[in-house]
Amino acid sequence: MMTTHEPREPEPSDLFVALPAIDESTTRRLHDRLVREAQTAGLLDVAYRTIDSPVGPLLLAATAKGLVRVAYGCEDHEKVLERMARDLSPRILHAPARLDAAAKEIDEYFAGLRQGFDLSVDFSLARGFRRLVLTRLRAIGYGQTASYAAIAVAAGNPKAVRAVGTACATNPLPVVVPCHRVVRSDGTIGEYVGGVDAKRALLTLEGAA
Amino acid sequence: MSATLPPFEEIVTTHGPTVLRVCRAVLGPMDADDAWSETFLSALRAYPTLRPGSNVEAWLVTIAHRKAIDQTRARARRPLAVDQLPERPVPSEAARWDRDLWSALQALPLKQRAAVAYHYLAGMSYADVAALTGGNEDAARRAAADGIATLRKTYGEGGPR
Repeated sequence: MMTTHEPREPEPSDLFVALPAIDESTTRRLHDRLVREAQTAGLLDVAYRTIDSPVGPLLLAATAKGLVRVAYGCEDHEKVLERMARDLSPRILHAPARLDAAAKEIDEYFAGLRQGFDLSVDFSLARGFRRLVLTRLRAIGYGQTASYAAIAVAAGNPKAVRAVGTACATNPLPVVVPCHRVVRSDGTIGEYVGGVDAKRALLTLEGAA
Repeated sequence: MSATLPPFEEIVTTHGPTVLRVCRAVLGPMDADDAWSETFLSALRAYPTLRPGSNVEAWLVTIAHRKAIDQTRARARRPLAVDQLPERPVPSEAARWDRDLWSALQALPLKQRAAVAYHYLAGMSYADVAALTGGNEDAARRAAADGIATLRKTYGEGGPR
């Protein structure tokens, strides 16, 4: 029996072609509302956005306590978000407005208009000695540098030079917590979480290289 | 990274459109946005306790179904039937609806409308649909078939293509 040319019943899903298209403005409206309501209900554990910078796109993320993460493009923003879902909370939403202040200060920093950050930070993503090292880094002023060895001393453990290197390499808040100002004792630039070029760019911006 | 939940943003991006279509088909232009918003807010609240690897879309539709029942009850208590596009200021969204589609959908019993939407828009199996709407798999299949048959008569044939 050949039924190939018989008119086919329309698929049931064809009945729904008249549902209005879900365009960008619909998606945005609902997303904005979700962010607003989540925030009011205290359910927005991590807000994030990305910004452009002279050293490439930066991911910014904040908890209720403050800025919790700044990530370079080379760290893979998607992976960074996945790790935050695991380590902080999976209640993560793209909520740019929550990061307006951080974005503004970082923009000003890259424009050479700002030498220090006036932002509350959340060190939840760094533990133990690494966190201690990060708190010491904030003492290195704009345009200054310090050696890994000097930071090890400042952190109370002169032998932990390598651990200082690890703390810098895993700094969850680069740029804002200035691990780029930590260089080798022989004066060479050393490594950087955002790549050596980014480190050089920051030090040049600050007039330190 | 196996047993971890993805950031909730990914859940919204991946499943938001389907859940919105389901809310629209079940609740119509006026209440779909509210149902979607309440669904995702509830989902966000419960999200950290969701078992990784769960069927997220079925989970969202389950939440949406509860919202739909709440809203359908609330609507039944409203003084005037909302069977035409209402006079109160409408979201521009409603203006883009094919009115005939919603009249046809609205005329279906909730159970049929839900079965049609969950199976044909959310791609859920009849067993999963039955878990939500009550009854067994066969009843869900029948509800969806009856719903589609009625829609073909009231909307599909004469309605806009």
